[in-house]
Amino acid sequence: MPFDLETAAHPERLRRVAIDPVSRVEGHGKVTLLLDEAGRVQQARLHIVEFRGFEQFIVGRPYWEVPVMVQRLCGICPVSHHLAASKALDAVVGVTGRGGAHPLPASATAMRRLMHYGQVMQSHALHFFHLASPDLLFGFDSEPQRRHIVGVAEAHPEIARQGVLLRQYGQEVIRATAGKRIHGTGSVPGGVNRLLSDDDHALLKGQAAERIAWAEGAVALAARLHESEPALYRHFGEVPAMMLSLVRPGDGAMELYDGVLRVRHADGSLLLDGHSDQRYLDLIEEEVRPWSYMKFPYLRALGPERGWYRVGPLARVQNCSHIPTPRAEAARQAFVAAAGGAVAHGALSTHWARMIELLYAMEVIAELLDEPALRAGELTASAPRQGGPGGDSEGEREGIASIEAPCGTLIHHYRVGRDELVTHCNLIVSTTHNNQAMNEAVRAVARHYFDGRALTEGLLNRIEVAIRAYDPCLSCATHALGRMPLDVQLSAADGRPLDRLLRDGDGRCTR
Amino acid sequence: MNAAPPPAPRKLRLATVSLAGCFGCHMSFLDIDERLFALIERVEFDRSPLTDLKAVGRCDIGLVEGGLCNAENVQVLREFRAHCKTLVAVGACAINGGLPAQRNHLRIDELLRAVYQQRDGLAAGAQVPDDPELPLPLNRVHPIHEVVHIDYSLPGCPPSADAFWQFLTDLMAGRTPQLGHGLMHYD
Ligand code: SF4
Repeated sequence: MPFDLETAAHPERLRRVAIDPVSRVEGHGKVTLLLDEAGRVQQARLHIVEFRGFEQFIVGRPYWEVPVMVQRLCGICPVSHHLAASKALDAVVGVTGRGGAHPLPASATAMRRLMHYGQVMQSHALHFFHLASPDLLFGFDSEPQRRHIVGVAEAHPEIARQGVLLRQYGQEVIRATAGKRIHGTGSVPGGVNRLLSDDDHALLKGQAAERIAWAEGAVALAARLHESEPALYRHFGEVPAMMLSLVRPGDGAMELYDGVLRVRHADGSLLLDGHSDQRYLDLIEEEVRPWSYMKFPYLRALGPERGWYRVGPLARVQNCSHIPTPRAEAARQAFVAAAGGAVAHGALSTHWARMIELLYAMEVIAELLDEPALRAGELTASAPRQGGPGGDSEGEREGIASIEAPCGTLIHHYRVGRDELVTHCNLIVSTTHNNQAMNEAVRAVARHYFDGRALTEGLLNRIEVAIRAYDPCLSCATHALGRMPLDVQLSAADGRPLDRLLRDGDGRCTR
Repeated sequence: MNAAPPPAPRKLRLATVSLAGCFGCHMSFLDIDERLFALIERVEFDRSPLTDLKAVGRCDIGLVEGGLCNAENVQVLREFRAHCKTLVAVGACAINGGLPAQRNHLRIDELLRAVYQQRDGLAAGAQVPDDPELPLPLNRVHPIHEVVHIDYSLPGCPPSADAFWQFLTDLMAGRTPQLGHGLMHYD
C-alpha cells in the first residue's frame, strides 16, 4: 500500500464518515473517513469533486484570448493565471524572457511584477483575515456562529479593518495595472497594454507606508498566535514534506514572479536547484487516482511514494536562501529561529509564513512604485514571429511558464498552431501540487484526533482547519466559499444508519 | 402603562453560494471594502463567505454565483431556491453558463479522457476518475434559470462592487433594483 491510510484493505467492513463539502474554502471538496469497529481511522481522503476541463476547451481558441480566458479558472488569484499564460505566450510571439535577443520591455516587466505582487498581497490578506483568522482567534472549538469575519469585526474591530484594507490595497494595485480588480486585461502576449497613471501612482504611493506598517502588524499577530500555543502550532497537521518553489536565479532569493525551480528534502537539505521551468516535464509526473478530479504530481525521479512535495508559503519561506527586502527578511529570520533550526512542517506554520510573504509583497510594491519604467516606456516588444502565418518556420510554437501564485507554484504550457489557434494546453495549478500534502495533513489530523473518540463539530472542524491552512483555494481546481451544511452519516456495512451528525444553519450540532 | 419600545427593524437575511463559478463574483462582492462594515449593520448574513453558517436558513435574498456543471450543483441550487424569497443570478456563469459552458460543444466523456489520459507528463495507465464519491458531471453546463425560477440577474464577469452595492441598497430600501449607466456591463 503506497500511502498510509489512503486505501483501506477491506473497506466493506468499515463505517463511512464524510465531511461534505469541506467549507470555508473556496472549493468543492469533501473528506471521507472509513473507521473500523474500534473507531480507528483506516482510510482518509480529500476528494476534489468538481471537473471543468479548461485545459481542453481552450484548445481551438486563438492564443491571444488565453490570458483573459484562463483567469476564469480562479477569481481569487486571476492575475496569477493571467500572467502565467502571458509569460508562456511571450515565447509564442517570439519574445524571450530573462536575457535573450528580444526581451520584454522594462515597462512591461515592471507593470507585470507590480500586478503580481498586488495579487499575492490581496490573496494572502483574504486568506488570513477573512478565512483563517476566526479559527485562530477564537479557537477550533469555539461556537461556529461566531467563527467568521463578522465575529472578528465585533471582537477585534481593528484587526478586521486592517485586513479589509490590506486586501483592498492589493486589489487597487491590480486595478491600476490590469484595468479591473477581477479579470482585468493588463497583460498581453509580448507585453502589457497600459502603464501606471499618475493618479494611481499617487494613490498607491500615498498609502504604501501605512500598509507596510499594518503588514508588519499582521506578521506580529501570526507570530503571537504561534507563541501562545507553540506545541499546537508546531505539530497540528504536521507532515514532513519536500519543498518546491521558484527562487531567484543565482542567489536563491525569494522571488514570486519569475525564477528557477528549487527543491529541498524535508530535512532542509538541497535536492535540486536552478532547474528551468521549461523542462518541468523532466521533473514532474502526475498520477490520476479514481477518487479525485485533482491529479497527484510527484518528482519523476523519486516516484509517487517518495516524490511528493509541498508548495506555497511554508515551502517558499523555507526554500529560499533569503528574502531580498529588509523587514520581511527580519521576519523570516525570526520564523527560522522559532523553529530552532529545524524545518517547520506543521500546517498552522503556513499562516505565519503567509504573513511574512504579505509583508514581502508590500515591500516589493513600495520599491516598484519608485521605478520610472512604470510610467514611461515601451508597452510591447517587437520580435520576429516564430512560425505562424508569415513566420519563419513550419509547425507549432510552444510556450511554457511558471509563476509563484499565492498558494504555490503554477505552471502553464501551450502549443499554438500555424493558424494561431491553441492546439495543446497543460496546467499544473498550485493546489494540485499540494494534493498529496493536503491528503497527508488530513490523515495526520484524523489519526490524531479521531481515533476511538466520539464525533464532535470541533473535531470535524480540525480537519477543515488543516485544509484551510494550505489553501482555501481549491478553486483553481474547482470552488465555493462559505460554510455549507455538514451532514455526517455513519452507516454500518449493510447500510444500517448508525450515527448521524448534523450541523444546522446556526452551526449547532445535532444527532 | 408604558408602551414597549418599537422593535428594532428586522435585518434582511442574505445568503450566497458558488456553484460552477470561479469565485470571482464573491470576490467582487467583497470589493465593497469598508462598506462591508456598514452592510453588516443592516444585513444579517446567513450562509455566506462572511459567516460560518452551514445550511441556508429562511432568507430574504440569495445570491448565486456559477452555473450548473454536475448533479450536486443542481441539488444545492434547488435547496437555495426553496429557502430564499428573492433569488439573484450573479455573473455570467449563473446567467448563461459563462466560460465553463465553453465545454458544451465537446462530449463530456472525450473531455474527461483528454484531461486525464492524454496530457503530457501523466503516469502510465491513468484512468478517468470514477469513484462513487464524485458527483456525476452533467453533459452540458447549464445556466441556473433553466432549473429554477430567478427574480433578478446581476450581469458582469464579475459584476462590479458598485453594482453589488447599488443592487443591495435598493433592495434594502424596498425599491426595485436599478443598475444605472456604468453599472450594467457584461465583461
Ligand atoms: S461570472 Fe465571471 S467572475 Fe463570476 S464566477 Fe463566472 S467567471 Fe467567475
